Amino acid sequence: MNFKNILGLLCAAAISVLPAGNAFSQEKTVKIGAVFPLSGGSASAGVHAKAAIEVAMDIINNAHPEFGNFPLAKNAGLAGLGGAKVEVVFADNQGSPATGQNQTLRLITEEKVVAITGAYQSGVTLTASAIAEKYGIPFVNGESVAANLTERGFKWFFRVTPVAADFAKIFYEFLADMKAAGAKTDNVAIVHDTTEYGTSVASVIASVFKERGQPIALDIAYTSNATDVQSQVLQLKEKKPDVAIMITYTPDAILYQKTMQSLDYKPPMIIADDSGYSDPSFIKAVGKISQGVFNRSSWSVGPPGSPTALIAEMYKKKTGDDLDDTAARAMQAFFVLCEAIDRAGSTEPAKIQAALRATDLKPDQLMMGYKGVKFDEKGQNVLAAGLIIQLQDGENYVAVWPKANAAKSPMLPFKGW
Amino acid sequence: MSSILVQVIVGGLLLGAVYALFSSGLTLVWGMMNILNFAHGDFVMLGMYVAFVVWTLFGAGPWAGAPMAVLVLATLGVVVYFGLIRDIMKGPMLAQILGTFGLALLLRYSVFWWFGANFLSLPENLVGGTFDVMGLRIQASRLLAGVVALLVTLGLHLLLTRTSLGSKMLAVAEDSTAAQLMGIRPDSMQAIAWAIAAGATGLAGALIATFFYIVPTVGETLGIVAFVTVSLGGFGSVPGALLAGLAIGVIESLSAYLIGAVYKDMVVYALFLGFLWFRPQGLLGKT
Repeated sequence: MNFKNILGLLCAAAISVLPAGNAFSQEKTVKIGAVFPLSGGSASAGVHAKAAIEVAMDIINNAHPEFGNFPLAKNAGLAGLGGAKVEVVFADNQGSPATGQNQTLRLITEEKVVAITGAYQSGVTLTASAIAEKYGIPFVNGESVAANLTERGFKWFFRVTPVAADFAKIFYEFLADMKAAGAKTDNVAIVHDTTEYGTSVASVIASVFKERGQPIALDIAYTSNATDVQSQVLQLKEKKPDVAIMITYTPDAILYQKTMQSLDYKPPMIIADDSGYSDPSFIKAVGKISQGVFNRSSWSVGPPGSPTALIAEMYKKKTGDDLDDTAARAMQAFFVLCEAIDRAGSTEPAKIQAALRATDLKPDQLMMGYKGVKFDEKGQNVLAAGLIIQLQDGENYVAVWPKANAAKSPMLPFKGW
Repeated sequence: MSSILVQVIVGGLLLGAVYALFSSGLTLVWGMMNILNFAHGDFVMLGMYVAFVVWTLFGAGPWAGAPMAVLVLATLGVVVYFGLIRDIMKGPMLAQILGTFGLALLLRYSVFWWFGANFLSLPENLVGGTFDVMGLRIQASRLLAGVVALLVTLGLHLLLTRTSLGSKMLAVAEDSTAAQLMGIRPDSMQAIAWAIAAGATGLAGALIATFFYIVPTVGETLGIVAFVTVSLGGFGSVPGALLAGLAIGVIESLSAYLIGAVYKDMVVYALFLGFLWFRPQGLLGKT
């Protein structure tokens, strides 16, 4: 047997042994599955969500008295389960609905997780949660906004984040306020990709605006992970909308901003629907040519010493990046899930499900700017809320609307570069 | 014609030149040596990262980044040839496909591990910003990529048709045993072909990095276009790849502008399949 054959055998052996390494587990742990896109085009968002959940694990599993009354922080582990530690098994859905489904199945049947969180893209959450539903395992989602996710009559699916319709109303009211302040907002264009997320959010925004007597003037759909977006930007340049609403994931968001700059086109107002425009690597890559972009968010860093400021600090220390809205919403969902498990005092899926149904968290128990967490019979958090933020200096988003939550007043028009 | 429409066409031509640029390396390897290199898109990605590293370390633009990328990728091409391709060429076709596919994943996830999943970007004005020509916006970085695409195409074409090195490479591609009997060493010729192909691909990556985002998975986004460009242009025809790249760029831009961006891939691929039905050897390929 020559060297190459032996090497080949070793490789084969290594491949067969690798997955088994994760299989052992410790006593007195609560095993939760987390399905996120850790590779593929949305890996950036998935990796940030994973880091946020790891910060949450630190807060839950170790004693953090400095957090005051923030749930699960004070003592180490889950008090309701005798101080049991929370263990998270991360799985990579590669941004693909099929992989998301397979990985969820693996987490439930092989890893024996008691609950699941994830899966970032609405299209992946759609398939992954269907598996959890089939096996009767609670699935708590913090960041997917497609409306249909909670319209399937599922009993085991809970969504903490505001949904597309909530944000569409926020966009509409924000624009109405801007109009009252003298800005032109009549002519609204929507640019969106054709993923589950892009199409559903675009149609919800279009119908919310139409109901209120302001139909969308221009709808530009494109296929995500584009190699080029010049034609789309030129369409905007020709039709001259007052407002461009961008519903895109990170790679395309970067390409749109680069292309607007190279074609010297500035819409008077850009409103981003979170996702790509909230990715910290978007800000690092093209923040400087995107000054004045509006975005939606439910996350803002509170005053020094507050739980939100402490979380922001821990996250920054761990990753070197600022905590963004998407990762923060994923983290909030994880806290909601763990709080329910703690209250259930059990790792039995049915008891966790019952505890989730009874969830009633107040604003001061949350890290996000929601009015609370309370699920309706569809599993949707009815107290979810959001605000408008703006990338004024090209480096950090600041809250600009509504006035009560604003750190600065909105800057108009879009400055760009 | 409205000025916007002219801008769409010019944009399409510049885009097409870029497609041609990053397809030229694939033409050489796939078209001539009959090896389907699935790692091609990831070679482009590596070229982009080399340009990014050169800029981060030395603050230097593509003037330094591009030659560096050519050097690094050409070396990698030789290593890949001797370490992998030479052996898997002896195996069945499937081994070649899966071998280069494995290489693609290895490269992608090595970069992923080293640089992380973050999207990176070079400063917008590294190659002199954007200028106006009679109301048309021309981005200097794209123009540079377009000009280099023409030069690379011309250079490769001359190399293959006018030099003895080119004739030897073609001889090996045609019949390696016969070439060996004529005193040509197939191994060195193939290695040189891989070095040139990978070097050209690295050059493409370094130039594309000046106007595109950089991420470990960018090869997936760009790779498929390269395969289509090469088959439309005709296997082994370097000028064919240029023509095909330009055609795809303009058709994409026009259909995205006139019909809608969602439909542009449908238009491009329907035309592509229709064209191959009439002319399976591609634009300039030999029957």
